[in-house]
Amino acid sequence: MADQPIAKDPEKEKRKIKSVSKMKEIMTTYYIEAKTARETGKKVAWITSGGPVEFLIAMDVIPVYPENHGAMVGASKMGVDLCEKAEEMGYSRDLCSYARSDIACSVTNGGPIGGLPKPDFLVCCNNICGTVLKWYEVAARYYNVPLFILDTPFIHTEMSEASRKYVIAQTYEYIDFLEKQCGKKMDFDRMHEVSKLAVQGLRLWQEVLDTAAHKPAPMTAFDAFFHLALIVTLRGTKIAVDYYKQLRDEMNQRITDGIAMVPNEKYRLLWDNLPVWYRTKWLSDKFASHNACLVGDTYTSAWSGVMDLIDEDNFIETGAVAYSSVYINVSLDIMLETLKKLIKKYDVDGLVMHSNRSCKPYSLGQYDLQKLVMKELKLPTLIIEADMVDARSFSESQIETRIDAFMETLKS
Amino acid sequence: MITAGIDIGSITAKAAILQDGKILGTRVIFTGYNSSQAGKTVIDELTKQIDLSVEQIDAVVATGYGRNSVDFATKAITEITCHGAGAHFLNPEIRFIIDIGGQDSKVIRIDENGRVVDFAMNDKCAAGTGRFLEVMARALEVDLDGFGDICMQGKAPAKISSICTVFAESEVISLISKGETRENIIAGIHESVASRVSALAKRVGVVEPVMMTGGVAKNIGAVRALESKLETTIQVSEYAQVNGAIGAAILAGR
Repeated sequence: MADQPIAKDPEKEKRKIKSVSKMKEIMTTYYIEAKTARETGKKVAWITSGGPVEFLIAMDVIPVYPENHGAMVGASKMGVDLCEKAEEMGYSRDLCSYARSDIACSVTNGGPIGGLPKPDFLVCCNNICGTVLKWYEVAARYYNVPLFILDTPFIHTEMSEASRKYVIAQTYEYIDFLEKQCGKKMDFDRMHEVSKLAVQGLRLWQEVLDTAAHKPAPMTAFDAFFHLALIVTLRGTKIAVDYYKQLRDEMNQRITDGIAMVPNEKYRLLWDNLPVWYRTKWLSDKFASHNACLVGDTYTSAWSGVMDLIDEDNFIETGAVAYSSVYINVSLDIMLETLKKLIKKYDVDGLVMHSNRSCKPYSLGQYDLQKLVMKELKLPTLIIEADMVDARSFSESQIETRIDAFMETLKS
Repeated sequence: MITAGIDIGSITAKAAILQDGKILGTRVIFTGYNSSQAGKTVIDELTKQIDLSVEQIDAVVATGYGRNSVDFATKAITEITCHGAGAHFLNPEIRFIIDIGGQDSKVIRIDENGRVVDFAMNDKCAAGTGRFLEVMARALEVDLDGFGDICMQGKAPAKISSICTVFAESEVISLISKGETRENIIAGIHESVASRVSALAKRVGVVEPVMMTGGVAKNIGAVRALESKLETTIQVSEYAQVNGAIGAAILAGR
C-alpha cells in the first residue's frame, strides 16, 4: 500500500479557492501567447502596471508587464540572484527590486519564465513612480525600440484643469504613437467596447475584494495579491470579466456556506504597500497562528479605487483623470482619506504597514500616515521593514518579534 | 504561586523567579550558541542559588529572541510585552521604556496598567545597540564594565558620524591616530548610540517618567547621553538587565 496517495486534510481542502486553477490556466495561456507573438504576427508592448492598457488591447497589441513579472520573480524566490546580477552590472542596491530583477532578466533570460518576450515598443506611465522613467529608458536603449511616456502630474488636493488638459493631450499623442507603431488606425468602436469591459472588470474586481468585508472573510489580502494579476494584465478583455465573475460567485458561495479563509478569525487587519512576494505564505501562516486575518489592503484596491472617475462612454478624457488619481500619485491627505474608508469598510482591528525598501513613493510618508491613523482613529498600527522581491531585506526573527508583539497588544 | 521568567537574548540569558509579587532571585549567564541549553542552565543555576527545585515552579514564560527554543516554558511572550510588565512591576508610574540589549534597541510606551500602547525597534542595523558599544570598547581596548565611567570623563565628545558599526570602528581608529583622547572618543561613541535611540524614542513619542532597561542600562555613560538627548531624567532599576525576565515571570502568573 506504499503508493497510496497521502490523505488530504479535508478542512484545508475546503478552504482552498477552486478558481485558482482557472486563474493559473489563464496566466499560462497569456504568457504563451506573449512569448509566441513573433510567430503569430502580433505586436508586444511593455507597459507599466498603472499605464492605460485599454488602448493596447483595442489595437490588438499584447501588453506585457515587467512589474507583474517582477512579482513572479519574487514569488518564485529568484529575486536575490537577479538583483545581485543587476548590481554586478552597476545598478545600485537602492534601486527598486522590480527594476533590478527585470533588467537582469533581459540580459540573462533568467527568472521563472526565461525572461519576457522582446518588446516592439514601450509604454511608460509615471503615475506609480519616477523609477519607471529611467527603467524604461534603459529597456528602450537595450532593445532599441520606441518609448512612449505618459506623464501624470502629482495631485496635491485635486487635479487642476491645466493638468487634466495636459494628460488628455498626451492621451491623443499616445493614440497617434500606437497608430504609427501598429501601422493602422485606432478603431474607436472597438476602443469603446474595451473601455466598457475595463470598467466592468474593475467593478467585478472590487466586488471580489468587498466580499472580505464579511465576517469571517472568505478570502484574505494574500489571496487578493494572487488574483490581482488579471486586473493588471488583462484589463479590458472579456477573459478578466468572466474570471472575476466566477471568483466573485465562488466568494459569495463561501459566505453562504460559512467558509472562512482563516479558521477562528478573531482579529481583522488591513495591509498597506506591496506584498512581500517571497514570504506571503510565511506571513499568512504567522498572522493565522494569531487568529488574525488580513482582510483588505491598499495595494490590490488601487486599480479599482479610481473606477468611479471613469465614464466608459468618454474613456479618453475621464481615463486621463482616473489614471492620474491612483493611490500613490496623490498627497498623504488623500491617501489618509482612502485608508480611513478601507479601515471602516473592512472593520479592522489594526493596520500593518510594509515599509518597502524598493517602493519609495509608497513607503514615503508611512510614518506620518501611521501617526495620523493612531491619533484620529485610535487604531493600533505596525510597521515592518522588508522588500517586495529582494529577500536580503527581510529579517525573519526581527519581523516575527514585531508581529508577535503587535498581536499581544491587540489581544491584551 | 511561584513563577519564572526566562529571557534569552543574543548575548545573555536571564532568569527571574517570583513568588506572590516578590522577587526571589535573578541570574544572568552568557547565551552561547545553544539558546535552548542556555534556558535550562540559567534556570538550574538560579534555582540552586535560591535553594528551590525546578518542580516547585508553577509556570514559566520564555521571552527574548530565543523564546521559542525554551521547551519547558508554559508559553512564549515577546520581550516588548515582558519589558512593559517588568517596568510596571518595578515602578507603576513608568510610562515609557528604553530597552537597549545586545542586538537591538527598542522603545515602548505603556499605559497605567503596564499594557503596551506602542513600540518601535531598530531594524537591520546594529547601531544604537549593546553590540555596537562592545565592538567599540574592544577597538579602544577598554573593559566594557568601565566604558561608561570613562565616557563621563570626556570633555568634548568626538564626532562619530557613521551609523554603521564597522565604519564607525574605522572612524574610531582614525580618531585615535589623529591624537584624540580616549575619553572624548568614548563620549562620542555614547552620543552616537543616544542619537540613534532618541530618534526611535521620538518616533513613538516620549511620555514621562522614563525607565531604561536592558544590559546597556548598567552603562552610566549611555544613560546620561540619552538623558541629555531626550531632555528628561531616566530611571534605572538595579534589576534593569533582568527586567524582561521579571516581566515574563509576572505574566506567567496571569
